[in-house]
Amino acid sequence: MATEILMPALSPTMEEGTLAKWLVKEGDTVSSGDIMAEIETDKATMEFEAVDEGIVGKILISEGTEGVKVNTPIAILVEEGEDASALPAAAPAAAAVTEAAPAAVEAPAPAAAAPAAPVVDLSPDWPADAEMKSETVREALRDAMAEEMRGDEDVYLMGEEVAEYQGAYKISQGLLDEFGPKRVIDTPITEHGFAGIAVGSAFGGLKPIVEFMTFNFAMQAIDQIINSAAKTLYMSGGQMGCPIVFRGPNGAAARVAAQHSQDYAAWYMQIPGLKVVMPYSAADAKGLLKSAIRDPNPVIFLENEILYGRTFDVPQVDDLAIPLGKARIWREGSDVTIVSFGIGMQYALEAADKLAEEGISAEVIDLRTIRPMDTGAIINSVMKTNRLVTVEEGWPQGSVGSYISSVVMQEAFDYLDAPVINCTGKDVPMPYAANLEKLALITTDEVIAAVKQVTYR
Amino acid sequence: MAARKTTKKPNVSAEELKTYYREMLLIRRFEEKAGQLYGMGLIGGFCHLYIGQEAVVVGLEAAAKEGDKRITSYRDHGHMLACGMDPGGVMAELTGREGGLSKGKGGSMHMFSKEKHFYGGHGIVGAQVPLGAGLAFADKYKENGGVTFTYFGDGAANQGQVYETFNMAALWDLPVVFVIENNQYAMGTAQARSTSSPDIYVRGEAFGIPGEIVNGMDVLAVKAAGEKAVAHCRAGKGPYILEVKTYRYRGHSMSDPAKYRTREEVQKVREQSDPIEHVRELLLTGKHATEDDLKAIDKEIKEVVNQAAEFSKESPEPSLDELWTDIYA
Repeated sequence: MATEILMPALSPTMEEGTLAKWLVKEGDTVSSGDIMAEIETDKATMEFEAVDEGIVGKILISEGTEGVKVNTPIAILVEEGEDASALPAAAPAAAAVTEAAPAAVEAPAPAAAAPAAPVVDLSPDWPADAEMKSETVREALRDAMAEEMRGDEDVYLMGEEVAEYQGAYKISQGLLDEFGPKRVIDTPITEHGFAGIAVGSAFGGLKPIVEFMTFNFAMQAIDQIINSAAKTLYMSGGQMGCPIVFRGPNGAAARVAAQHSQDYAAWYMQIPGLKVVMPYSAADAKGLLKSAIRDPNPVIFLENEILYGRTFDVPQVDDLAIPLGKARIWREGSDVTIVSFGIGMQYALEAADKLAEEGISAEVIDLRTIRPMDTGAIINSVMKTNRLVTVEEGWPQGSVGSYISSVVMQEAFDYLDAPVINCTGKDVPMPYAANLEKLALITTDEVIAAVKQVTYR
Repeated sequence: MAARKTTKKPNVSAEELKTYYREMLLIRRFEEKAGQLYGMGLIGGFCHLYIGQEAVVVGLEAAAKEGDKRITSYRDHGHMLACGMDPGGVMAELTGREGGLSKGKGGSMHMFSKEKHFYGGHGIVGAQVPLGAGLAFADKYKENGGVTFTYFGDGAANQGQVYETFNMAALWDLPVVFVIENNQYAMGTAQARSTSSPDIYVRGEAFGIPGEIVNGMDVLAVKAAGEKAVAHCRAGKGPYILEVKTYRYRGHSMSDPAKYRTREEVQKVREQSDPIEHVRELLLTGKHATEDDLKAIDKEIKEVVNQAAEFSKESPEPSLDELWTDIYA
């Protein structure tokens, strides 16, 4: 049976090309893999190979022809004994398959001008009568890991100095003794490599907790975090997920200069497939880390060195697992909403205290999870206070606050009585000198000033 | 590359030889068909063909046992076919259709199969190397006796994460076979222009990882080396490196005109070292098969590939809802 040979597309963007040269002539026998012609694409001259075997019955497009559309028949291949001259003239060029119009994707419905109040989960994270005990964030994080490791053999901890040194910041204190070197693993200082190994082990059925000594060093590993951990579930059509937690201190510590003082919340927040958690209190650190370890998705868990030693009340309940994606209202108020997360909460809460003395009632929301973000809780609050200030330590351009501003503009524009202000760290690498470092960081006074601006005081 | 003129009688049954012939031919015909569908605009983007390298995966799959894992780069069609993934599912993924192994959302470079223990299909050069060691880490942790074949090319062998991984794999005795598919070109850069040492496996010595050169155009040599490497891993002795010297007949991807080498160079390998012709000769000279037997296999493979191509054209594009699924588990 005669086969038409079509002008091939030889690059992702080629629509037509020049048939530069025939390397076979009518009557030649070809088998698959033989080079038949040279074709000039928009990028280069390519060799074009035969796929089927047969005899070149007729050459339909002579060499030197320019502007030959992809999928135009250029030759006819016949089997032995067949007569090409008896063939009908070449059919008109087959319609290019690629021209099929892509089905239109429905645009999202425009946001209603005055939305109904979003449904927000306001349920308490623990029973009101739970016994409370004062614990540091450090202890809370360790307890969360230990509890989850007791409950699930597949959970293990890997990182630099997590085992014998007991953690560079002593978060893993005692874990080696309890769980042994099989499950608490010191790595060499090779973030890219061990992050990849941990991701691979998650594909293989384990539930790793990867400690980065700080998230600054995770930049060495960010390809594995994003390209391998976050995207594989999607790329595999849902077959292969990656249950893993990447945790460690994030943001500025004190006097450690530019390479060790960066807040990555906004970086990771952008990635579909990742969940991003940034707790402030010890109870949240514990409850959210437990949930993160159980979550079947990759979770970025951003801690803060300055908060590690701070004490908070932690409920003494059997299993404190706080759901990811749920904000916490730390203090109710009516004049302005202050949204923050992580160490930013320190400034937000201090500002709220001082503002209260001046008769300004601030509602303070701790996002706790940056992705998925509980935007409903923010909008609900803004519908009540009509004013919004966001507080974070990271840089201003592309900040978490700027995303919140855009969401609030789109979904609650009519409720705003003032432009949203994003309080952020200054747009500079972190300086070392004590006075300059202080200047680069967000301060409580800046939050107070922002609140006064949006409340026109 | 070693020339193929071995006259030593191989210690292998006729049935095995026929199996290798069939599996290698399936990869070659499949890839030729993929090239054709690309030319017709049915396959988009990047498409990296495996033609010429067939003996590598077929030889190593012959050394694997049920439960062993494999992971590779973006030149992955051959690996998937060799471990038994459905040709129709692979081809339909190439055409971006619902029936593709990743429902059309991964494409040529990103397919996976839990059932066949195939862990991708990775598009970032070298990234699959620590991932493969991580799969081996999981096997060791679970004490299930599994071995992971971690494939990467001579180009990836210059990535830093490869050596970070060698270090940890050796340190922790991970049961992983690092398979360097040395096809001699990192995209368009010949090995001598990109790599400081003529052999790559020797770099393992610095980490205490044994390794060897393998003639990747000889499926039996690959299988024998694979068995040795797997035995090493299964005995708990840690990783092993196989540097398999092979050759890619086609460009790096479909849009590569391959001007960095001569047509004669490619032609010479095809004529003198083709891995499929090698087995064909063994079958015929050893009187294990007649020309007619082989023609029947050719016909059978052609049918399988045509069916895969038909399926890949007929399978519908993914439903628009699929845009928003599989982001979170």
